[in-house]
Amino acid sequence: MKIKINGTEKTINRSLTVQGLLEEMELQCKRVAVERNRDIVPQEALSTTALADGDELEIVHFVGGG
Amino acid sequence: MVIYVNEDGFEVHEGTRLSQVRMHFRPDADVVIVNGFPVTDDLPLADGDRISLIKKGEAPPQEELEALMVARHTPGVHAKVKAATVAIAGVGGLGSPIAIALCRTGVGRLILADFDVVEPSNLNRQQYFVDQIGLLKVEALQDNLKRINPYVEVDIHPVRLTERHIPELFAPADVVVEAFDGADQKAMLVNCCRATWPDKPVVSGSGLAGHGPSNDITTRRAMTNLYMVGDGEAEARQGQGLMAPRVGVAAHHQANAVLRIILGEEPA
Repeated sequence: MKIKINGTEKTINRSLTVQGLLEEMELQCKRVAVERNRDIVPQEALSTTALADGDELEIVHFVGGG
Repeated sequence: MVIYVNEDGFEVHEGTRLSQVRMHFRPDADVVIVNGFPVTDDLPLADGDRISLIKKGEAPPQEELEALMVARHTPGVHAKVKAATVAIAGVGGLGSPIAIALCRTGVGRLILADFDVVEPSNLNRQQYFVDQIGLLKVEALQDNLKRINPYVEVDIHPVRLTERHIPELFAPADVVVEAFDGADQKAMLVNCCRATWPDKPVVSGSGLAGHGPSNDITTRRAMTNLYMVGDGEAEARQGQGLMAPRVGVAAHHQANAVLRIILGEEPA
């Protein structure tokens, strides 16, 4: 399947959840906000939300400091 | 035609000149501001012009102070910001300068939340004073804001914000500012706000540590109603501290994004 992450196209050849994708990207689930097709994916749903062909994801990874 | 002198409207004849208005209202004024910009020359006035006449060194009467404080605003801004409510989560290095910038701009109501107290290591970047060490930050900041602009309503919540508080405490806000220190907290707040209020804009800061180039700090639209400020990478860690200049650059990016949202303009 083909998905878009922050505007960049990516091909994935297996079934994957949003959490699986984040782990692949070496991002911690507790430090991200993920929007899938314009809707926020709640933190508790990251591990149960399966990616589908054509999904458009916006992923923000937060770093500390303020 | 109608002109405004220190925010009060007056009917005047066509062709009235600035010098006539000054002579009539305040002949000793040494600061004359027309439509947000100081002028020294005489000029013809037009319908709707806003004129502020200020005598330096003189405390104006209470009822005139608020009008004179916004004399350098772009015309039309004050009425819009006065009607706005902004919530700020965390009043440290980002939140305290953001609150001060928005207070100076005359935002009608600020909602501040932070559980912490002022301690010495805060003072290298946060808008507190040595004599405020030990005070709750929200109380210290409320005092400082009152001294800057007493016409801003400041509601304070000395709590460690969680998903339990946010929906209630921040409900009145038109815009939410994420100004926490910890990455987990930042993500929690943004996720909670985005899920609770899909239409409420959130302005968040991430990547502002150290002393890297100022111009690496940007404001960008990251997703629906989420604006991210920072370079996205420079995190606070051992060997990379947080200091007033760069944290301040990011804080004022956030404050200006809030102002643009209030004025109905796209922040990025």
